[in-house]
Amino acid sequence: MEEIERYRFDVVVIGAGGAGLRAAVEARANGKSAAILSKSLFGKAHTVMAEGGIAASMGNVNDRDNWQVHFGDTMRGGKFLNHYRMAELHAKEAPERVWELEAWGALFDRTKDGKISQRNFGGHEYPRLAHVGDRTGLEMIRTLQQRIVGLQQEDKKATGDYEAGLKVFAECSVTKIFMTGEGDDRRVSGVLAYWRPSGKFVLFESEAVILATGGVGKSFKVTSNSWEYTGDGHAMALESGGSLVNMEFLQFHPTGMVWPPSVKGILVTESVRGDGGVLTNSEGRRFMFDYIPAVFKDKYATTEEEADRWYTDPDNNKRPPELLPRDEVARAINSEVKAGRGSPHGGVFLDVSKRLPADVIKAKLPSMWHQFKELADVDITLEPMEVGPTCHYVMGGVEVDPDTQAAVGVTGLFAAGEVGGGLHGSNRLGGNSLSDLLVFGRRAGLYAAEYVDAAKAAGKTASVSEADLQEAIDWALAPFTNENGESPYAIQFDLQDTMNALVGIIRTASEVQEALTKIESLKVRMGNMKVVGGREYNPGWHLALDLPKQLLVSQCIALAALTREESRGGHTRDDFPEMSSEWRKVNLIERLDGDSVAIVRQPLPLMTAELATLFDTSELGKYMTQEEIDSLVQRTS
Amino acid sequence: MGYKAKFKIWRGDNGDGELVDYAVEVNEGEVVLDVLHRVQAEQANDLAIRWNCKAGKCGSCSAEVNGKPRLMCMTRMNTFEETDTITVTPLRAFPVIRDLVTDVSFNYEKAREVPAFSPPVGLKPGEFRMEQDDVQRSQEFRKCIECFLCQNTCHAVRDHEENKQYFAGPRVLMRVAELDMHPLDTLDRKKTAQDDLGLGYCNITKCCTEVCPEHIKITDNALIPLKERVADVKYDPVRWLGSKIGVRKSDNA
Repeated sequence: MEEIERYRFDVVVIGAGGAGLRAAVEARANGKSAAILSKSLFGKAHTVMAEGGIAASMGNVNDRDNWQVHFGDTMRGGKFLNHYRMAELHAKEAPERVWELEAWGALFDRTKDGKISQRNFGGHEYPRLAHVGDRTGLEMIRTLQQRIVGLQQEDKKATGDYEAGLKVFAECSVTKIFMTGEGDDRRVSGVLAYWRPSGKFVLFESEAVILATGGVGKSFKVTSNSWEYTGDGHAMALESGGSLVNMEFLQFHPTGMVWPPSVKGILVTESVRGDGGVLTNSEGRRFMFDYIPAVFKDKYATTEEEADRWYTDPDNNKRPPELLPRDEVARAINSEVKAGRGSPHGGVFLDVSKRLPADVIKAKLPSMWHQFKELADVDITLEPMEVGPTCHYVMGGVEVDPDTQAAVGVTGLFAAGEVGGGLHGSNRLGGNSLSDLLVFGRRAGLYAAEYVDAAKAAGKTASVSEADLQEAIDWALAPFTNENGESPYAIQFDLQDTMNALVGIIRTASEVQEALTKIESLKVRMGNMKVVGGREYNPGWHLALDLPKQLLVSQCIALAALTREESRGGHTRDDFPEMSSEWRKVNLIERLDGDSVAIVRQPLPLMTAELATLFDTSELGKYMTQEEIDSLVQRTS
Repeated sequence: MGYKAKFKIWRGDNGDGELVDYAVEVNEGEVVLDVLHRVQAEQANDLAIRWNCKAGKCGSCSAEVNGKPRLMCMTRMNTFEETDTITVTPLRAFPVIRDLVTDVSFNYEKAREVPAFSPPVGLKPGEFRMEQDDVQRSQEFRKCIECFLCQNTCHAVRDHEENKQYFAGPRVLMRVAELDMHPLDTLDRKKTAQDDLGLGYCNITKCCTEVCPEHIKITDNALIPLKERVADVKYDPVRWLGSKIGVRKSDNA
């Protein structure tokens, strides 16, 4: 056996995006040592791609805003499938988390009175998104990165070692979470990782592991997600005995680039619409007025005149339908293109050039200007963009305790950010992702630290057996032993085609069933996968290690999509086009049962009567059964 | 479009390597990174490339295209003739790990030497008030995506390995300028910039500005003002005296 690099930490954080970094900061604040493991370099995580902003009801631009309104918007956006407790914590704690970033050096755009400026976004009643132009994610990741460096400087002063409390392992990928103990005593004991540059293995022993691995979009052909988004955390949670909740809900962001082909899927920020951009079809019609669903009828403008007045007088006018939640806009674009009213390259037009002066566009949307100019030869101050839906985000995720982010069924495992499930229900509002990372990243770090204290006090120190370690290493090296197998790239391409075509924005039972059959055949092909070259920085091998996770998670998505026979948020069934109050009460939970995935229906927790008073009974009636409403009313009175 | 392009790609590790020829299909609208991914998928599964967002936002895919430091995801194929041979090599200023991937840890180590943001003691989160005009200057520098093309290009680093221990490079010094211009930062980092990070090595040839994919005016807006501030302290006799008798805030207080 080769010499293995070994470390001991209190907490291992997998992922160095917003949630992972915030979790690590909190673990250290609670006296715990933390390792941060990242597939990429430090500061490159997918969080940098977030453009629009961080949703937090600070009320800096419209003082009517408060956590209750934010909570209501989040529940509406998610079509009331959200875990109410997570939505409540999120809305309450987001402002503090944003202010804290500012105290760590973030430089948000300002209001006239010097506060953090807030912008409009789809589904948010008031201007709510703290932002920096259209590069808010970059600001957030850099601030957290620099906060970690600042804490390392403090540790250096105190101990002489920068890395005494927080150590970043960049380009270090995790393949497995180790477990120890039996029965009630079964718990996390560490992880196996490999350095991407050298291909050498690293063992981490730790009492707690926090998953902050992001999403799953790389299993789809048209996606805004990078190579990193292979569902690692989702898969490892399953493999450790955890469960996933509502994996059928995927967000197809309505506006991705559609041309040129090589950039298809790259995100066009919702801020374009928040700042005044409109969607038109090939006939020049603002088609979103035709797609306002019944549940939102009284919240959106029905004429262009009223919609346009809203930008300057939001208190007396209703908002434009371009700012409906993302699922609605994505489906509308899909329908327009299908009806033959699309743009030349199969999207629709998004135009800000006729709405704002060129200098304002460049000031408010600098990255978009840059991106279209350099990648598509389009000057967005002069002409419209062509846009269409792109796989962007997974609402489903690891089933967690709403307060502590502890993974259900796996002691010592926590999950925060996109990899966690529950907060967003069936559809996430723009801006609620960055706030999710901060609010629940912090909570995961805090409760992981508490758990470590309790575990150590009970004498449960983590250790990984040599046999488990060897088995995990053998598994990771297996792809090198195939002499005549297939390239992992070919299998990944086929998976992306399958998911895009058969489990995409509009689904039917027969197609999803076909996807499940194809995934089985891809699994067989994966068993005969060949890796060429050595272990040093070998992307072919890296992909071979990610692929099993992608396939497992894709299977979970397809199985849940087949099971839920209704249309809601990021799950649209052509064969069951209506939203169902009965299905609203159901969380679909998936677990591993041997090699196969078991799916069960579990009741969605009913929100408290106190929170229910934030909604009109008539609104609740659009989503809930009469029985549920009666029980809520009964509890209030 | 749709043609076979000729590529020479550097393959090897820190010990040795060579340019390897590839003929590869190119389609309309593609960038260099797309073409290299095709090589990777079809001809060389183990071709090492570092990349993430493919949208010019993360700064991972830095390399040298025909000798020019570039982001591969932002280098469009239609900027070349179909008959051109395109040569892609790793960043020259940093040690090669494999193929096009280099060890950029130098940049992270230097960044750690810049004292962190220090707001006024007692100013609570939520109470910060700053004018847009005052944050704008630092905001320009915070557009930096840490692609390290400026670090790679600066000849004080690129051509003088021996300088690396004394000189932190434009990216890191721009961070100092950014904090220096932050309306609510209380530390004075001028001495750090000059003595520890080697600001004096910069002789404002603006090579860093030229390669910046974010079009940040690193030299004019960050490095020159920083040099001026350092010079003020160093050569202004009143300030010099003030710092000696303790009426001016001292460095890294």
